[in-house]
Amino acid sequence: MTATTPAPTKTSGPGRSPRLRTASSRPRRAYSVDRPRRSRTLTALSSLIVLYTLVPLAWLVVSATKTQANLLGSPGLWFSGRFALWDNISQTLTYDHHVFLRWLLNTLLYVVLGAGGATLLAVLAGYGLAKFDFRGKKTVFAVVIGAVAVPATALAVPTFLMFSTMGLTNTPWAVIIPSLVSPFGLYLMWVFASEAVPAELLEAARVDGSGEVRTFFTIALPLLSPGIVTVLLFTVVATWNNYFLPLIMIKDPNWYPLTLGLNAWNAQAATAGGQPVFNLVITGSLLTIVPLVAAFLLLQRYWQSGLAAGSVKE
Amino acid sequence: MHVPARRVVRGLGLLCAAALSLTACSSSGSTAASGSGDASAGASAVQAALAKGGTITVWAWEPTLKQVVTDFEAKYPKVHVNLVNAGTGDKQYTALQNAVSAGSGGPDVAQIEYYALGQFALGKSVQDLTQFGAASLNGTFSPGPWSSVDIAGGVYALPMDSGPMALFYNKKVFDQYKLTVPSTWAEYLDDARKLHAANPNAYITNDTGDAGFTTSLIWQAGGHPYKVDGTKVSVDFSDAGSTAFTSTWQQLVSGKLVAPINSWSDQWYKGLGDGTIATLATGAWMPANFVSGVPGASGDWRVAPLPQWQAGQNASAENGGSSLAVMKASANQDLAYAFLKFADAGPGVQDRIKGGAFPATTADLNSPAFLNTAFPYFGGQQANQIFAQSAKNVVKGWQYLPFQVYANSIFNDNVGKAYVSSTTLAQGLKNWQDASLRYGSQQGFTTG
Repeated sequence: MTATTPAPTKTSGPGRSPRLRTASSRPRRAYSVDRPRRSRTLTALSSLIVLYTLVPLAWLVVSATKTQANLLGSPGLWFSGRFALWDNISQTLTYDHHVFLRWLLNTLLYVVLGAGGATLLAVLAGYGLAKFDFRGKKTVFAVVIGAVAVPATALAVPTFLMFSTMGLTNTPWAVIIPSLVSPFGLYLMWVFASEAVPAELLEAARVDGSGEVRTFFTIALPLLSPGIVTVLLFTVVATWNNYFLPLIMIKDPNWYPLTLGLNAWNAQAATAGGQPVFNLVITGSLLTIVPLVAAFLLLQRYWQSGLAAGSVKE
Repeated sequence: MHVPARRVVRGLGLLCAAALSLTACSSSGSTAASGSGDASAGASAVQAALAKGGTITVWAWEPTLKQVVTDFEAKYPKVHVNLVNAGTGDKQYTALQNAVSAGSGGPDVAQIEYYALGQFALGKSVQDLTQFGAASLNGTFSPGPWSSVDIAGGVYALPMDSGPMALFYNKKVFDQYKLTVPSTWAEYLDDARKLHAANPNAYITNDTGDAGFTTSLIWQAGGHPYKVDGTKVSVDFSDAGSTAFTSTWQQLVSGKLVAPINSWSDQWYKGLGDGTIATLATGAWMPANFVSGVPGASGDWRVAPLPQWQAGQNASAENGGSSLAVMKASANQDLAYAFLKFADAGPGVQDRIKGGAFPATTADLNSPAFLNTAFPYFGGQQANQIFAQSAKNVVKGWQYLPFQVYANSIFNDNVGKAYVSSTTLAQGLKNWQDASLRYGSQQGFTTG
């Protein structure tokens, strides 16, 4: 979801460190001195997109400060009544025997093993494909490109039937194993590795007697690190936001990720005898996106260079 | 770019899931002939299973079952019950059908609403309980719910709760605008006009097209649109009961006298709280939702008998309500049935009544303690008396389709149009009828 935010329009291009610019001690607006002409249409359009992106976020933040009763009785985009944010947060964390924390830990588990594993595999495979020649490389390339075009959600039902016969549904593995495969991450790493690691450097290392494994860890890996962070970000966001795969794989609320848990809380309002907890759904959603927003802001630079790598160097 | 793509794919996935359920349904052919001869043997096997212990998984969204499970495990320490909320209503049915098709991953016990049970019974996904002696529980449950689980000579579930209908009305609003509590639907229509004229923001009720509500009111009006006999199915929304409903309800819809608000939405809860939705005709399970969802309006609401289609009658219908069924794929059916009996006909019933559920057991429906319970939310009114009376007055002989889950899922595509366009309710129902029959014949039912 956050992938659509127009972050790249604002700050530096890929490769330029922000520190260089502060050293020039100019005010922020002066970056555009190279291109003084500005398009009003574009500014208006990007403002629209900024609004489109930020209004729901503002609604979420404002709504998270309201009690269940106030939530229904006041306009969404402004504060009203008692400031109940802290109350909502503590209720969210403790409601139904701290089940939110359990869902948070589950999500972390899926992210660490799923996204982490996917990144590891993508880095190893991408480097291998970029830097070694072997028979069938073209076939592998075709398969990977084809796999990029197939969204993981389309495979969810066949995967469900397969996992069901293996007895893996309703276990964390049902979410982790499919998450381990990221064709897009692999493709990104492949492109990145072929550009970022000069063949001459590897040649030199080989001449100096370094083994392939040692070359990979001491020479290639540091060069690949911006790419790795990018792939990690992509896979983390994909796994964190994953809804459909766990929806059909997992029925036991003890293994729900946050996305499913919040949905279950939301559905409670439509149940005979159920308790509507819209305020907790909203506060829970806010808490759920905070780590993603933080990761995005902190690692923005890598994210941008990653997007550029994917789009330009084809 | 992310979101729309995902949505499309999600739609695809649901299609797949629907396709799965089709294959599960299409195997339905003959009706089960039950072997009730060894019922007593089944009963002793159930006792043995309780003593031996084990683990069963229950898929249910009913919140009061938590307490039932706690008490069940306390009474039978060797038994462990894994209570799982696998989604509410049709979401759970999709998951259930997927598990049935996949042949594994399903629960031992599942909560299934009455309208959906026929589908699972005919699809042979739930076990006929006569082998455990369930047929002898006939008199334990009130006739409406029992007739819903007693399908083609088998008992495919035990009734868990019931939803005899009543009219919930906001007395504060009625007093303010000097409305009389309607005893017929014609009076209801008058109240609707008066209220909306006096306050354009207020509506007599909300309705955007709800399959369960529509069929329940037709049921009350004496309509029998669905006729099911084995694999012979007919649908006819032109009988007298259906016409009684459409002629009155059409005036409410055309006059824009019903609020265009979906039930269970946040707007709905708001409307119930601030008096802009003045009445609800719904099942007796509603009070618990009032208490938890609309706490601000405590004391404003009262309960009255459901308005009648003809003055002087006292007909009623069921709305909602669910049963617990034992899945055919369960490896521990004896234990599963033991849980069913505990929850639906044993000590679990009291747990559930305390939690705000409305029982389906005649003993509880007739007990003075139950009937005399005063509801502080309804200003101290003994509302159970109205509900219990309604349960007795449920019109007999109603049937749902053996593919009602699917039929209800396409209700809004057909009848929903009557709420937003010039299509009439009668035309919408006719379209729904045709679409349902088309689906039925695709599934191998004889339609006519």
